[in-house]
Amino acid sequence: MKQWLWGIWALITLGLGGYYGHTLLLAENKSALLIGQATHGHYQIELACSSCHTSAFGGGEVLQNACVDCHGDELKAAHDSHPRKKFTDPRNADLLQIIDARQCVSCHNEHQREQTHAMGVTLPDDYCYHCHKEVGQNRASHKDLPFDSCASAGCHNYHDNRALYEDFLVANAQGDWLKALNQLAEPNRSARNAQKHWPPLSNQANAQASAEQQAHAQITADWALSAHAQAQVSCVGCHNDGQGQWLAKPALAQCQSCHQDESAEFLQSKHGMRLAAGLTPMTPAHSDALAFHEQAQHSEQSCNSCHQPHRQDTRHAAASACLACHNDEHSANYWASPHGQITQQALDGQRPWSEAVTCATCHLPRVVTNKQGVTSNAAELAEANASGKNTAQVAVLHNQNITLRPNEKMLRPVCMSCHSLPFAIDALADEALLNNNFSGPPAVHVPSVDWAVERAK
Amino acid sequence: MKKALLTLAITASVVSLSGCNEPAAQGIEPKIFTDSLFAVMNADRTNYTKLVVKRLGPDGANVIKPHENWQDFDNGTLLPAQMFRAGSEAVAEVTSDFTYSLQSIWPINSQNAPKTPMEKEGLEFIAANPGQNFYGEETLGDKSYFTAVYPDVAVSDACTSCHNQHKDSPRTDFKLGDIMGGVVIRVPR
Repeated sequence: MKQWLWGIWALITLGLGGYYGHTLLLAENKSALLIGQATHGHYQIELACSSCHTSAFGGGEVLQNACVDCHGDELKAAHDSHPRKKFTDPRNADLLQIIDARQCVSCHNEHQREQTHAMGVTLPDDYCYHCHKEVGQNRASHKDLPFDSCASAGCHNYHDNRALYEDFLVANAQGDWLKALNQLAEPNRSARNAQKHWPPLSNQANAQASAEQQAHAQITADWALSAHAQAQVSCVGCHNDGQGQWLAKPALAQCQSCHQDESAEFLQSKHGMRLAAGLTPMTPAHSDALAFHEQAQHSEQSCNSCHQPHRQDTRHAAASACLACHNDEHSANYWASPHGQITQQALDGQRPWSEAVTCATCHLPRVVTNKQGVTSNAAELAEANASGKNTAQVAVLHNQNITLRPNEKMLRPVCMSCHSLPFAIDALADEALLNNNFSGPPAVHVPSVDWAVERAK
Repeated sequence: MKKALLTLAITASVVSLSGCNEPAAQGIEPKIFTDSLFAVMNADRTNYTKLVVKRLGPDGANVIKPHENWQDFDNGTLLPAQMFRAGSEAVAEVTSDFTYSLQSIWPINSQNAPKTPMEKEGLEFIAANPGQNFYGEETLGDKSYFTAVYPDVAVSDACTSCHNQHKDSPRTDFKLGDIMGGVVIRVPR
């Protein structure tokens, strides 16, 4: 072959190698390496390759461990009905050839956006049938049900069945659709745990603090009415770089020093997962999954984006802060919905704020963690605070994934604090009702409670 | 010098060949291994049923609540069969040198019915031949296993009453001492 051909070959090889090598090792933007868009759950961090591909060496266990590192605790807390350990016995060899349920990626294959459907599942929806086909044959109520309806009709959930198992359905089959408005008046764990461990400011920084205080009278007045003032957290508590110097713009690191759990949850959430992966903060512009207000496209998500820095007004954080960015149908219909109207009445002083049903009431709820998971039931919250135990403290969940999708996850911790189980199951299964933010009765009826009661007779 | 070299060569040959007649290292026979495992499992299972569930449950001091959905009760505890399975799953997380499971041809949960032909054969054999165990070899996936099946006997009326009354139980006439199912232990060959 002619020498010049070898030269071109070498140049092309070096050029391609150099380009991809640079992208892999040095470049900030690694989009050239993406083999396909990540799912709705992971697109925020799809350019932080090492979040999942933690090692260049090793096989499927590298990915499996990455899944478990982020999702393991939640699955454990959800009493996962199909944990890996249920499938490792060799007696399942035949079934594993159809679906290898030992690996998360068997059902949740990443970078396959075009074939990814609800809950990030990349398998056809008849996956239950392969192992449980006898149910369709043996149980009269289940005969002739579509193969793909087990987990998609509001009856079963592959991982979290805490609100869907038969005995629970029977035990909670009765009751008015609206039991009572939950009274969420319990103080948070952080109010009890304010830690005053910030270092004293240097003289120079102290002088700056005084000057700032005088220059910003409104901020000082706002602060005086805030929970921080009540907990004796002064300017120095946050405007402190940890070395005794004045810090103009406190950020996550400063919030974290007192609000450890809230911060940790925020970093696991859709709002904070980019920060946790070492990327720039999440903005609505990063999202291709939901609709957002145009003017909020570049609003960076941090503690301060929902919590006004000096007012610490949790009323703002609970609804209007969310709606400043979120503009999908469900969000846009919030204020006109029954939940939104109750909140508006509470904002107007016509009912106590503890009765408000805000975005956060359902998606970032105030909960106590017990052996059954988390609950926002007012009686249980009051009991937890009365117990005085550090292990049973009331806190606002800052990771919305805990009560988001599949929405059956919300039944026990959230919906059932006010509503009956059968009503809530129907409401969550009604797509139109989700879109109009629960304005009206459910038009869908999931027969699971009826069937469970019938079988229990 | 030649003599020394010759002696060295002969010694080396003898030493290198001396291993040929040595018997292969003897391990425990699979049957003894699985019999021993079953002895431990069965003792623990019986003790949990009689000394914990029966003694502290509703038939005794009534301080614990053995229940199928034990996680939903603050004082909930696993039913004996669930305790056995929890042990099996915990073992599977630390070793694959053996696996075991509790199965029955009259299972409450159909996932615990025999799945492989040998499980079916073994469970039917122990049900038809009280007091005897079943041993065999089978291939699952691309691996061969020594498979042993041991009878699981109703040791307490808590076992029989629960299975006889459960809405998903295919058999409702169990009596104390009946074989209710079997413990299947597998050792890869």
